[in-house]
Amino acid sequence: MIVSSALRRILPTLVTVAAMLVAAPTNAAPEDDRGAMVRMFQSRFPGVPLDDYVYGGLMFNAAARRHYEDIMAFPPFEPDLDRGKALWETPFRNGRTYADCLPDGGRMIAGRYPTYDAQAKRLVTFEMLLNDCRSNNGEAAYRFDDRDTMGVLTAYARSLSDGMRMDIRVDSPEALARYESGKALFHRRIGQMNFSCANCHVTNAGKIMRMETVSPALGQATHFPVFRGGDSLYTLHARYTRCMQQVRAQPFAMGSDAFNDLEYFHSYLSNGLPLKASVYRR
Amino acid sequence: MSELLRIPADRFEVNLPRLAAMLLLTATCGVHAAEAPGRAVAHDQERGNCLACHRIPADPAAETLATMGPPLENIRQRFPDRTQLRQRIWDARAFNPETIMPPYGRHRILTEQEIDQVVDYLHGL
Ligand code: HEC
Ligand code: HEC
Repeated sequence: MIVSSALRRILPTLVTVAAMLVAAPTNAAPEDDRGAMVRMFQSRFPGVPLDDYVYGGLMFNAAARRHYEDIMAFPPFEPDLDRGKALWETPFRNGRTYADCLPDGGRMIAGRYPTYDAQAKRLVTFEMLLNDCRSNNGEAAYRFDDRDTMGVLTAYARSLSDGMRMDIRVDSPEALARYESGKALFHRRIGQMNFSCANCHVTNAGKIMRMETVSPALGQATHFPVFRGGDSLYTLHARYTRCMQQVRAQPFAMGSDAFNDLEYFHSYLSNGLPLKASVYRR
Repeated sequence: MSELLRIPADRFEVNLPRLAAMLLLTATCGVHAAEAPGRAVAHDQERGNCLACHRIPADPAAETLATMGPPLENIRQRFPDRTQLRQRIWDARAFNPETIMPPYGRHRILTEQEIDQVVDYLHGL
């Protein structure tokens, strides 16, 4: 790059000012983590477009990917999405709806969650946001592990954000603490089998575990809930539970602080990737 | 790890002629399997589950596409000393602190006897 000497003299100042404008200091560490992971995967799997990471293990196998596209053309989980839509559209007893209650009518917002609510001093997942609507309108909250209510409702509500780029923010020291807690969990060896999430989904991503290609952590949080086998709904926390059971660790509760923190860190890694709710998985 | 074996052999990932050969050989190897309890321990997803990570090329009944660990082959040449092999299985961290191989002995995933049986099985391949 050719830089004039005048420009070169003021460049350091420009860079400093620009850095102050764009980067809130608390965001720096998460952005470093994400950047390092992107660079590591891109050098390990050269030529794979970043957007393809949302396909998980399917990104390594063209035939499996075609099989997936065939199923997605006529999704067997359509009835569950319809049930979710019915829940979404049915007004609360006071006549209000989720669309009245959520920012932007609930459209193109899911990729901003989890987010740290500085006033309430708590991390808010998309499911918590839906439950807040219920509570604020006099309805009982749904259980986070109930597929027939929260599960199908989330599957539909998140689909209203399809195509949105993930945009998770970590913009205060309190938010950073939750992010760091999720990051620590992601790297902690747990269970009788002594595995961390990173052991499988970073170090061994792309390798085959018995019959199944292990997906990279990057892109994993963009497309939940998934329908395994076409009709079995798994929220993100249900998938965390499954992986913890596989390594014979005692899973945290769905909707617990531990899983919310993990989701915060895990979702941040997918920043910039396109959200697509409710996809088929084996 | 229990779900991993329940995943159906899939049309796009399984080589059908190879599968047919495996099934045939499994049938004819039935007697040997009964003779080698270590094979059952190694293959069983609730016990050794070694096939989650390792192929065992010399054992046609070992149905897996795993690439997480190296294929278990030439074991007798690689581990002439059985205690070395046993230590690997008991706690592979002694050889590689960062290993992902589960510490079968130290975490009591397998009993001491089961570990001996797995050693017999691998040495007998
Ligand atoms: C012993 C290996 C192992 C460990 C440890 C593990 N997983 Fe998994 N995970 C898998 C396998 C195998 C699958 C299924 C194949 C796939 O999609 O990656 C999977 C699937 C997933 C998926 C679904 C991906 C998709 O697109 O459908 C998510 C999300 C996930 N794991 C997150 C985690 C998290 C978070 C942890 C730590 C709490 C974890 N995993 C620990 C092996 C593991
Ligand atoms: C979750 C993955 C995993 C499982 C399950 C696993 N291993 Fe391993 N194993 C590995 C890896 C990875 C290595 C490579 C060396 C290392 O990192 O320790 C290895 C290395 C080995 C070696 C040394 C091979 C050589 O040629 O140097 C032996 C022997 C072995 N494993 C036996 C077993 C047996 C027997 C079982 C089941 C009782 C088993 N492994 C289960 C991952 C695994």
